[in-house]
Amino acid sequence: MIKALPIHIQQVVKTYGRIHALDHVDLEIKSGEFLTLLGPSGSGKTTLLMVLAGFTRPDSGSVRFGDREVIRTPPHKRDVGMVFQNYALFPHMTVAGNIGFPLRLRGVQKDDIHQRVEHALSTVQLDGLGDRRIDQLSGGQKQRVALARAIVFEPRILLMDEPLSALDKKLRDHMQIELRRLHEKLGITTVYVTHDQREALTMSDRVAVINHGRLIQCDSPRTIYDYPASPFVANFIGESTLIPVKRSNGNVVLDGQVLKVSGAVPDGRCSLMLRPERLTILPDRRNPDYNVFPGVVEEVVFQGESFVAYAVLESGTHVSMRGISQRETVASLPSRGKAVLLGLHWEETVLIPEANEDAPG
Amino acid sequence: MADALNARELRQDEWREKLAMFGLSLPALVLVFAIIVVPVGWLFWLSLFNDEGVLSLSNYTRMFDSKSYTRIFITTFKVSILTTVFCVLISYPFSYFLSQLPKRWAAIGLFTVLLPFWTSLLVRTYAWLVVLQRKGLVNEWGIELGLWDQPLKLAHNLNGTLVGMVHIMLPFMVLPLYASMRAINADYVKAASNLGANPTRAFWLVFFPLSLPGLLAGMVVVFVLCLGFFVTPAVLGGGKVIMVSMKIETLIDLFFNFGTASALGVVLMILTLAVLFLAHRLLRLDKILGERGA
Repeated sequence: MIKALPIHIQQVVKTYGRIHALDHVDLEIKSGEFLTLLGPSGSGKTTLLMVLAGFTRPDSGSVRFGDREVIRTPPHKRDVGMVFQNYALFPHMTVAGNIGFPLRLRGVQKDDIHQRVEHALSTVQLDGLGDRRIDQLSGGQKQRVALARAIVFEPRILLMDEPLSALDKKLRDHMQIELRRLHEKLGITTVYVTHDQREALTMSDRVAVINHGRLIQCDSPRTIYDYPASPFVANFIGESTLIPVKRSNGNVVLDGQVLKVSGAVPDGRCSLMLRPERLTILPDRRNPDYNVFPGVVEEVVFQGESFVAYAVLESGTHVSMRGISQRETVASLPSRGKAVLLGLHWEETVLIPEANEDAPG
Repeated sequence: MADALNARELRQDEWREKLAMFGLSLPALVLVFAIIVVPVGWLFWLSLFNDEGVLSLSNYTRMFDSKSYTRIFITTFKVSILTTVFCVLISYPFSYFLSQLPKRWAAIGLFTVLLPFWTSLLVRTYAWLVVLQRKGLVNEWGIELGLWDQPLKLAHNLNGTLVGMVHIMLPFMVLPLYASMRAINADYVKAASNLGANPTRAFWLVFFPLSLPGLLAGMVVVFVLCLGFFVTPAVLGGGKVIMVSMKIETLIDLFFNFGTASALGVVLMILTLAVLFLAHRLLRLDKILGERGA
């Protein structure tokens, strides 16, 4: 088991001309944690990872690995493992040559290198492939070699830059689970960059959502998904429709209806978050646990494992509702043009503050 | 037995297409045959007759017996090797520099390398003579500035020949080098440093081996071109640097000795082919070495 290190990121700023790639980012990454930096392309997530690796020099700020300040440390002295987006495996070396490379640089004895390379290969389930050339490997195998090379010298921090983006969907799903398992086995502090929200939710202990160079929310996958801190997070992670709500006498009102709400009601203007899979079709208005939204079905689309019903509410807002393709649910589906009662359980009725933090700085 | 549906017609179509392809490449084939195969064969044929017009190998045996011929071949290889070495020493850092620049700036740099390429070889060679000769620019300025008293012997010798040849050969080295360096993904060097390589080791362990194909290609091109070079050594060597091509010229122009000249040509060609073959083996060897993981 590798002794992991926490990462302390303080007030990191990086500008390119007038664009803030990183805008005063503060982030505490716990020892042994799997943290994902999630954001759209150009959000600054990769820049932050490159600052951690030492490839990008920030304008100001502090990065500490444990107690060690590394902001001015060149990449080759940082001792962090990294998996590159396109693996960056050296084409002029074999698999074993690649994996042994960091050990060779550290002056490890030949026999020792051989042993540790074999061990790393078996960790990523590539036993016996040490003599292969890089161009003889499949995408998934390259991915594993890159991983083996990044962990063979037992770094205390592992960085990954969209490592699964080049793989097809089936393999990606498989590797997500495998990476997660490997992380549990090694206990290494891992910072993972992706733009794929599902991947982030699947793998991470915590997800840090970044947009326009700012850290918007950093929480567990469940919290991020259930209680997004801003409209951007609500829209970026999962699907959602946001409907502005009014206040009256301390109550939250939508279309003249007082909403039963879970959690605290945020100050200022806010919106109701409707996630398609949280809506259900109700037979009547009798169940007091539900907020009920009457509407008319516009379209029902079959998508394999689930179906989506598009409806328009009385206020004219378009919403969608997702249900699993199961005999009972499908049987209860209304047809196009029919009136429908959409229900949202009060525990899943969440208000999102209309924060101004999403505006580009 | 009857053919399968349309099988005969489809077969005919295929034949017709192949015939059309052959027809299209025929002019080129004829041309290559007429201007390469025939003259080379004829030269070879000529080289087999001695001065009396009798079939013999005397043209070849003379080459191995006479010291002067050996010296010419040694000079030819010496000049070619030195030119190649200097080209590498100048081109590698320059190409590396260009490959790290943004593409637009690199294009300007490449343009400056290629610019002389578009002026006449003869003009460039005489220009160097003007610059390097006894009362040339370099000597006049050097003496003027008090850097040296007596004019340096820069032209009409090996020095001048090398300066001129290196200058003329540079583009042939820079272009393949630059191309192969550009093709090296910057992530490789990043990965090396991430794994613990300081800049020097990242260069020698990763960047340099990956640039080898371009380097070897450039070296082969320059070396082979040098082997048969005529104008520059003739003008800048001042008769002191005799290469094979110059000896051939003298033999024909002065002595009208086609037999010996042809034999020289044939030997030079064989040596060139040998170099190309060796280079080919070396390139493959490099690949094999790479596979061993080095």
